[in-house]
Amino acid sequence: MLELEAVSKVYRVGTFGGKELRAVHRVSFDVQDGEVVSLIGESGSGKSTIGKMILRLIPISTGRILFNGVDISTLKGVALKAYYRKVQGVFQDPFSSYNPIFKADRVFRILQQEYFPELSRSEWQDRVENALRAVGLNPDQVLDKFPHQLSGGQLQRFLIARALLLGIQFLVADEIISMLDASTRIDVLNLLADLKAEGLSILFITHDLSLGYYISERAVILYRGCIVEMGLTDKIYNHPLHPYTRMLMVSVPRLDRKWKEGEVQLRGQQSELAGGCVYYDRCPEADKDGSCRSHEPVLVEVEPGHFVACKLYPGA
Amino acid sequence: MSLQVEELTVYYQTLKGDVRALEEATFRVADGEIMGLAGESGCGKSTLANSLILLKPPMRLVKGRVTLDGEELPIHDMERMNSYRFERISIIPQYAMNALNPTQKIGKIIADLVRWRQVDFDDILPELKRRLDLVHLSYDVLDMYPIELSGGMKQRVVMVLSTLLNPSLLLADEITSALDVSSQKAVMEMLVSFRGWEFVRSVIVITHDLSILYQVADSILIMYAGQLAEKASTVAIIRAPRHPYTRMLISSLPEVGVKHAERRLTGIPGTPPLLLNPPEGCRFRERCPVAFEKCVDVPPFIQIEPGHFVACWKEFETNARA
Repeated sequence: MLELEAVSKVYRVGTFGGKELRAVHRVSFDVQDGEVVSLIGESGSGKSTIGKMILRLIPISTGRILFNGVDISTLKGVALKAYYRKVQGVFQDPFSSYNPIFKADRVFRILQQEYFPELSRSEWQDRVENALRAVGLNPDQVLDKFPHQLSGGQLQRFLIARALLLGIQFLVADEIISMLDASTRIDVLNLLADLKAEGLSILFITHDLSLGYYISERAVILYRGCIVEMGLTDKIYNHPLHPYTRMLMVSVPRLDRKWKEGEVQLRGQQSELAGGCVYYDRCPEADKDGSCRSHEPVLVEVEPGHFVACKLYPGA
Repeated sequence: MSLQVEELTVYYQTLKGDVRALEEATFRVADGEIMGLAGESGCGKSTLANSLILLKPPMRLVKGRVTLDGEELPIHDMERMNSYRFERISIIPQYAMNALNPTQKIGKIIADLVRWRQVDFDDILPELKRRLDLVHLSYDVLDMYPIELSGGMKQRVVMVLSTLLNPSLLLADEITSALDVSSQKAVMEMLVSFRGWEFVRSVIVITHDLSILYQVADSILIMYAGQLAEKASTVAIIRAPRHPYTRMLISSLPEVGVKHAERRLTGIPGTPPLLLNPPEGCRFRERCPVAFEKCVDVPPFIQIEPGHFVACWKEFETNARA
């Protein structure tokens, strides 16, 4: 369905844009039909940048993103509009996705004007109500309301309903439940899982490891713009191979296990990169002779369906 | 005994009327206890913490008494509270690490603060350096601007700063919510060490993340819509919760090891009530599967087992029968 081929994003920063900031570096992975892939990383790891590139909100620096075999950066005009019928995004903050001076269902009206002008008012109304029921909302309770009259969970489901109205095939879900309350977030997560069962592909972007485990078949672990490990969720969580992933797994707070003392060493600030492994300056396993510093590891398949980029594994 | 809160009731005054954010909170935090304070956004947990140290309009103290180490805190009096703030009771507010003045060096910020408490910066400097050392920060940070530090480093600076005068009670409001998992762990473990080194005596950790509290807290207090729901030891809250809200909240948490395909978790249907004109009685009753006619009265927050407090009529009934 969706395929990323060595995608990189370099931002120009500094007063005159003289400096380069490497947000995403040669990232390749794919999402199959009806699959949920979690993209997991800390803040600044480039996970949202990847989502925005898939949605064509920012241009790609190098590499290609293919959707059903078509390079999306070539899409223009009608073809681009057709692309957005199949691919949509929902973002972290539901409140900032709405214009507060209009009623929330305006998002549906805009959609009709753009994509379904031929439908009559009542036909469209039926579709909207069906979509709202599909995301677990009661249309009588939520239509004709302003954004501030609805809860975060309701607004977030509104946006998912909007995407469903288009009959999308691929959803970029960028931290969509991190602003929701614990008692309601699980319902939105279950909703995604139900949609997936009906054939929707989802790129689930998150920093929360437990959410990624709950919903996805495969996970991609990102660190400073590079994929350090990817593969089947079970393998990554139960048998992490990269030192960074291992550190993540022991630091994640769990209700069934307490932290052990001294498992995580905090090191100082990360230095600027000049080739080599991105995790070099925090890695407890880094070669002191400096080979980790000078050689950029590549992803190798250590066991079936489990890729890791670390010199500890032969071939990397 | 360290902190005793009795019938603390705080409302926010708005043009539409009072928002009843905190009702009749009565609880104790023992000497050396790290108490977690958890609940969803809008449940009143930050209101509770703020009213202990900075009760300012639109907050209004309706009633209640707060005693710290046997001495009543004049929480209603902004001026008189000054002599307690920072020295006896200190707070790390939410987003504190982003509140450091960007135009001043860290050392200057700290010097200004301690001078306000009539403490000479040069007198306290050796102790400050010792503590920076303990949290693995070099003294150079004193000569740096906040922008030069990473999020985790800033959070450590804020922690050293807030506890520099060895307060009896530290209120830590969402200190880990903006951090990565590795820094979260380091910061929380540091908080436990601070108690060990006697920089603070008792701590109230406010967070919405129960799994973090399970790692470090001695006890957990759960709030719902301005009312106290349950307080007990951490193990009791996580493993044997008695309030229906706590039970449903804990069973709705996705965890590493739980997969949708194998075990579908369920949330709590409905939403919390608005606190402007909240419903009478137990505020959870509209979402509660075991609610019955008695729940239209506010349940008292009472001890049902040593150290285990709960406010639920159904639970009292079950308990009385057992």
